[in-house]
Amino acid sequence: MTKLLEWLLGVSVVVTAWGLLTFDLLDLKVPQVYREVVWPMPVYLLVVFGCYSIATVGYRVATFNDCEEAAQELQAQIKEAKLDLKKKGLKF
Amino acid sequence: FICPDVRAGKSSSKRQANKDKYSVLLPTYNERENLPLIVWLLVKYFGESGYDYEIIVIDDGSPDGTLQVAQQLQGIYGAHRVLLRPREKKLGLGTAYIHGIKHATGNFIIIMDADLSHHPKFIPEFIQKQKEGGFDVVSGTRYSGNGGVYGWDLRRKLISRGANFLTQVLLRPGASDLTGSFRLYKKEVLEQLVDRCVSKGYVFQMEMIVRARQLGYSIGEVPISFVDRVYGESKLGGNEIVSFLKGLLTLFATT
Repeated sequence: MTKLLEWLLGVSVVVTAWGLLTFDLLDLKVPQVYREVVWPMPVYLLVVFGCYSIATVGYRVATFNDCEEAAQELQAQIKEAKLDLKKKGLKF
Repeated sequence: FICPDVRAGKSSSKRQANKDKYSVLLPTYNERENLPLIVWLLVKYFGESGYDYEIIVIDDGSPDGTLQVAQQLQGIYGAHRVLLRPREKKLGLGTAYIHGIKHATGNFIIIMDADLSHHPKFIPEFIQKQKEGGFDVVSGTRYSGNGGVYGWDLRRKLISRGANFLTQVLLRPGASDLTGSFRLYKKEVLEQLVDRCVSKGYVFQMEMIVRARQLGYSIGEVPISFVDRVYGESKLGGNEIVSFLKGLLTLFATT
């Protein structure tokens, strides 16, 4: 199954459950309290996911390692390499 | 008679371990300045590690004389260490890998960028990781452990992390860095994957990992540092972002 199909399946299941509960399609006589909670759930979940995404990406950007030493080490090795290669006869 | 068999078994498994050979594929285009440096670094770190290796330079008809520099390097390090397999013109990364694999005599292939953004010092770590876990693929990651980047501004980091987050949510690939191109593959695994991949650019590298997962291959990770010295010249523009998104959605819908 492709990821798209997995998502469509998952969304269908959630929407069906939500629809059944909110509009009492199976005549389950679900208490009003539950229906009031379930009804705005999709929007709530989207908002929660949105906040989670922003927080996660923000955190990851903030903690993205800056490899200062790697850059310096590379510079030093470039100099070393150029000297060594010249000695070995390389014509740049 | 047990003893001779045990001894024979031990020495042949030692020979087995020493039979590993690593072919480094270096597709190049206008890397006249960087090629000698990357080859020097590869020779240094492979030499120190004792692993058997070869470097295959696949130059796509660079107008700046990259091939001539490669020929000099072959003279210095030997034709068994530096192999030249040039092509007439710029033909793309996927075909460069196919071309390189055809001429590789190693049983492992290492792919990396030739512009010094990937540092050969990580290759022994890749090899070690592969041996530890018997992995089919070892991928260098900038996003986890003490992996990281040098030379990116806030905008670039934001785009990078944002794109990676989107990829993780949509594809759940089981690898932290999908667009990275510093990887070690078992030769037959790379052959299988390149055969099946159809995308280009960043998305090609993503597709390789996604297909590897599909085919049940195991993927290990090693944190790497990515030193970007060309970011100033080649900013990540709208076009690249759009083609990345198109590619991501295609993978989402087809894998």
